[in-house]
Amino acid sequence: MKKTHTLLLIVFLLPRFAYAQDDLLGELEKNTPAPTYIAQTFKGSRLVNGHTVETTGAGTLEFIFAHRFGRLNGGAYELFGLDDAFVRIGLEYGVTGNLSVGVGRNSVDKTIDSYLKYKLLRQSQGGMPVTVTAFGSAAYQTSPRKEDAPEGFENSDRLAYTGQLLIARKFTSGFSLQLMPTIVHKNFVADNTGANDQVAIGVGGRVKVSRSVSLNAEYYYRVNPDTATPYKDALGFAIDIETGGHVFQIVLTNTRGMIERAFITETDGDFFNGDIHLGFNVTRAFQLKKRK
Amino acid sequence: MHKSFIIILLAAYWMPVHAQKFTTEKTSVVFYSHAAIEDIKATNLKTSGLFDAGTGDIAFVVPVNEFQFAKSLMQEHFNEKYMETEKYPRSTFQGKITGYDPGAAGEQKVVAKGKLTVHGVTQTVEVPGTIAKQGDGLLMNAVFVVKLEDYKIQIPKLLWQNIAEQVEVTLNFSFKPNNKS
Repeated sequence: MKKTHTLLLIVFLLPRFAYAQDDLLGELEKNTPAPTYIAQTFKGSRLVNGHTVETTGAGTLEFIFAHRFGRLNGGAYELFGLDDAFVRIGLEYGVTGNLSVGVGRNSVDKTIDSYLKYKLLRQSQGGMPVTVTAFGSAAYQTSPRKEDAPEGFENSDRLAYTGQLLIARKFTSGFSLQLMPTIVHKNFVADNTGANDQVAIGVGGRVKVSRSVSLNAEYYYRVNPDTATPYKDALGFAIDIETGGHVFQIVLTNTRGMIERAFITETDGDFFNGDIHLGFNVTRAFQLKKRK
Repeated sequence: MHKSFIIILLAAYWMPVHAQKFTTEKTSVVFYSHAAIEDIKATNLKTSGLFDAGTGDIAFVVPVNEFQFAKSLMQEHFNEKYMETEKYPRSTFQGKITGYDPGAAGEQKVVAKGKLTVHGVTQTVEVPGTIAKQGDGLLMNAVFVVKLEDYKIQIPKLLWQNIAEQVEVTLNFSFKPNNKS
């Protein structure tokens, strides 16, 4: 009888002790899912000249100062390009985490541009393989002055539009690639400079060399250039250096333009002939709306 | 079989453990860094934990990407550059609490000793805190300091004025009893 009692006691209580000794942490970790979304495919909103899939954080205003010197092969007379300067000053605001709006003015053709950027898909662990952002912009060139414009040149001829799909994948924390199918529509095109609708496919990527520094490359291949076109495909390299609220980019590229119409369809430099512009993109972020 | 024994058996079965295991109901983990240029604060409300008042065993898991910052850029950098969240998605603690008397009322001073894992590095720590009963649940509070160096979290030299070398972590957990029917 005593034996039965003890046995019963053990049988009844054993599973309870076993349960109590269960690894509490193991139990918890099973129930805590890992973060699903992959963030920071690129450090900033620009790869070199063009955009990345990244949109500006919600409530953040980013001031972008971009600058290209003249050509390196201008020689000592031009101080290797430093005598010339092309500038774009821009602002970009994150309306939500996925939607950014931007405006800017580029000294090349005295162009004012505005754009919308919307993150359609986000790369996630074990789910969506890529991040996809849609980009649309309109650009209005204010040069030449109205009184200097050639006969028949309408104000609407100053407009150009760009539509882009930015498709990127962060393969590892240090390596990302991006594809950019692009269409640029220009209301007015000069002879031998291509059709009104020009298609290009961009490809680019980054390799992180440290936590705060990455190397970027970007190339836009024009699908339907005019056979007599004087223009070249845009190629560029950049070093991203990130500090607190800034991203500094040091750029080497064969284009002066800093908006899509200019660098995708009107790049006039031959990179391998030394027509290389040194440049900078500097961004500074200001958090306007405190997050809750 | 004696009736009394059956009663004891049943009592032993039902009473102790069910009343003594607790799961977190609401949690807040706040970290605060005080540096020359700016003070940085982030709050995480997604921590989950278990506490066994019988044995004193406690464990909790902090999903690192759930820390919310005032500035979105700061949150990005926190995850991407400092905590490397994609590589180390969770910070955890597993240990034992001593000094807690389930029978006593009011706020009690206790000490939690165990393994804190942050950024993939595990350190043995001793954290003083308090436990108070609230209804049939518990409130647990603790404040402690984490030295970034101990967990191999590196601050770039350019930013040493923005980010403190050690941050203060405040935990506020409320627990409810397990298996409450």
